[in-house]
Amino acid sequence: MDHIPGTASRRIRANAVVVRRSDFVIRFDSVTKQYPDGTVAVDGLTLEADTGKITVLVGPSGCGKTTSLRMINRMIDPTKGRIWLDDRDIATMRPDQLRRGMGYVIQQAGLFPHRTVIDNIGTVPVLLGATRRAARRRALKLLDQVGLPANLAGRYPAQLSGGQQQRVGVARALAANPPVMLMDEPFSAVDPVVRVQLQDEFLRLQGELGKTIVFVTHDIDEAVKLGDQVAVLRVGGRLAQLATPRELLAHPSDSFVAGFVGRDRGYRALGFTPAGELPLRGETVVRLGDRLDSVAARATEGWVLVLDEHDQPQGWLAASAASDQGGAVTPEMLNLGGTLAMESSSLREALDAALSSPSGRGVIVRDDGRLIGTVTASQVLTRIEQERSAVPLAR
Amino acid sequence: MAAGGGALIIASAGSGLPSVGLVPRWLTTASHWTGRHGLLVSLREHVIYTVVAVLIAMIIAIPIGLVVGHTGKGSFAVAGFANAIRAVPAFGLMILLYVLVSPKIHFHGSIGWLVPRGAFASLVPVEAMLVVLAVPPILTNTYAGVRDTDPAVTDAARGMGMRPRQVVMRVELPIALPLMLAGIRSAVLQVIATATIAGFLPFLGGLGYQIFINGLPQINDPNVGYPAMLGAALVVAALAGVADLVLLGVERLIVSPGLARPTARTRLLRP
Ligand SMILES: Nc1ncnc2c1ncn2[C@@H]1O[C@H](COP(=O)(O)OP(=O)(O)OP(=O)(O)O)[C@@H](O)[C@H]1O
Ligand SMILES: [Mg+2]
Repeated sequence: MDHIPGTASRRIRANAVVVRRSDFVIRFDSVTKQYPDGTVAVDGLTLEADTGKITVLVGPSGCGKTTSLRMINRMIDPTKGRIWLDDRDIATMRPDQLRRGMGYVIQQAGLFPHRTVIDNIGTVPVLLGATRRAARRRALKLLDQVGLPANLAGRYPAQLSGGQQQRVGVARALAANPPVMLMDEPFSAVDPVVRVQLQDEFLRLQGELGKTIVFVTHDIDEAVKLGDQVAVLRVGGRLAQLATPRELLAHPSDSFVAGFVGRDRGYRALGFTPAGELPLRGETVVRLGDRLDSVAARATEGWVLVLDEHDQPQGWLAASAASDQGGAVTPEMLNLGGTLAMESSSLREALDAALSSPSGRGVIVRDDGRLIGTVTASQVLTRIEQERSAVPLAR
Repeated sequence: MAAGGGALIIASAGSGLPSVGLVPRWLTTASHWTGRHGLLVSLREHVIYTVVAVLIAMIIAIPIGLVVGHTGKGSFAVAGFANAIRAVPAFGLMILLYVLVSPKIHFHGSIGWLVPRGAFASLVPVEAMLVVLAVPPILTNTYAGVRDTDPAVTDAARGMGMRPRQVVMRVELPIALPLMLAGIRSAVLQVIATATIAGFLPFLGGLGYQIFINGLPQINDPNVGYPAMLGAALVVAALAGVADLVLLGVERLIVSPGLARPTARTRLLRP
């Protein structure tokens, strides 16, 4: 598979741009959708999804998120109002052509069970006229981009885990390099650990690709984490608030939004300030293999941090436990309690590191895992206080 | 009528059944296979009747099954129609069609090696009867295969910009294929079994010729009648078995390994 000569890949790219390349702003202009049975799923929605940004639609079940999303690629047509892609009313565009210019990812992935992974991913390029070979070449590249090994290429969807299926779904939507991506709860069918991985990789990918993305979720944490802007919908399909995640957590527009955003929103707002900006304390450390009788002298408040030969923290050693023994520091002696916070992570992680550390000092490391310093919970809180006074609460 | 008479004759054969041991001898006698009225000719005719009927049934049933399954419109009619046809007696239908249709057919020539001179007027009612039998299993299974396709899969297909025809041909049809082939297999078996009654009509043969025209009237001759009937019936069974194996082979070839067998070993892509 990996020695296919480069023949028609240029053709894919040329064909991919069915939607005219310019800005790719999606605008909802007082859009209403009433189903034939009378249900009003979306009510007078006005909204703008910006170029290269992630707009998240969030809200309780049945509030019209899916309906709104599916009106963008004309899987559903509005009963009232218009949706614009830049200066074009999408009602005037052919649905199949419109859709080929928009990646579409759904919760259940919806992979074709009879096609291999690589041919699933190549679907849209083939629809657009690419040769099978060119489509497969492109698919292999995408497999790599979404973090899947190339040896999955020949598998069938039934032979993949849920998380892998979701990644293939994303790769398939990206295959024709569409400027717009529509994603309907793409990560909600996988377990929380995999979900976080998928979210992180999604953000990394978006950092590279800069698509205009409309993303539907019912999970406010996911909305806040992924969104450049978040639209909170209430049941009945009405827009409750449209704001940046930070604004949303700080200033919910009404009690519905406040309730939906959740009780611990103050805590979650910590997620927006990087831990690297904290005042850090240097630690006197010991290393694995150091003599135990050197420990007591270097401990602060009864605890000393132990590093390995790469300066990466391994755990805390209680001075009391070490002082009366001979020999060297071994990994078995360490108290492994306490998470590490990375320099690039947020105040939320830093606070968590401090609170979960046996010494009360949260360990902050560089992104490569090397120690920078430690911080206490009260230092984090002081920083939060400063943050609050620096950014006035009123808009 | 003739079949009923046959049953009577068998019953009246009285003192125990003729020796089954004569059947292998009858089957292994070369002169029973060759010649204008030999088994080989009957077998060839039988295969032709079957293939023609099943092909026509597929041409009718598969498109209807795909469309009804895709649109969901008319599914009620499909189910009712299939059930109604199951209740139709094949022999009666054949005779009825022969009486109604054959007098209106004025073509008495031959069509290549497929239809001998004069046989066309008999062949039409036989094939029509066989098609009527073969359509329901193919139709209902095609329809069921399409309808059972995961809605998320067809939704994704449409959402990626496939037109309705592309959704049917590239997604629903391949996914429905295992069920569809099961329907075709069951149709083939039914047609092979039922095509034995073709020999009752003038100019027609098939393996039923050996049973009803050759064997049955000579039932009282222990060396010819009974061995010919049972021997030809065994050939019918063998033909059904072979056809089933062939279709299973076809299924292996054309059904995607991704369907139905999640634990199948990973098939490596050919570069
Ligand atoms: N085809 C339909 N016919 C009638 N009513 C529908 C149809 N599809 C959705 N609805 C109704 O429209 C409303 C909005 O549905 P929608 O699927 O957009 O909600 P959602 O926000 O995506 O919900 P969830 O989080 O559960 O996926 C719901 O009340 C739903 O029952
Ligand atoms: Mg939904």
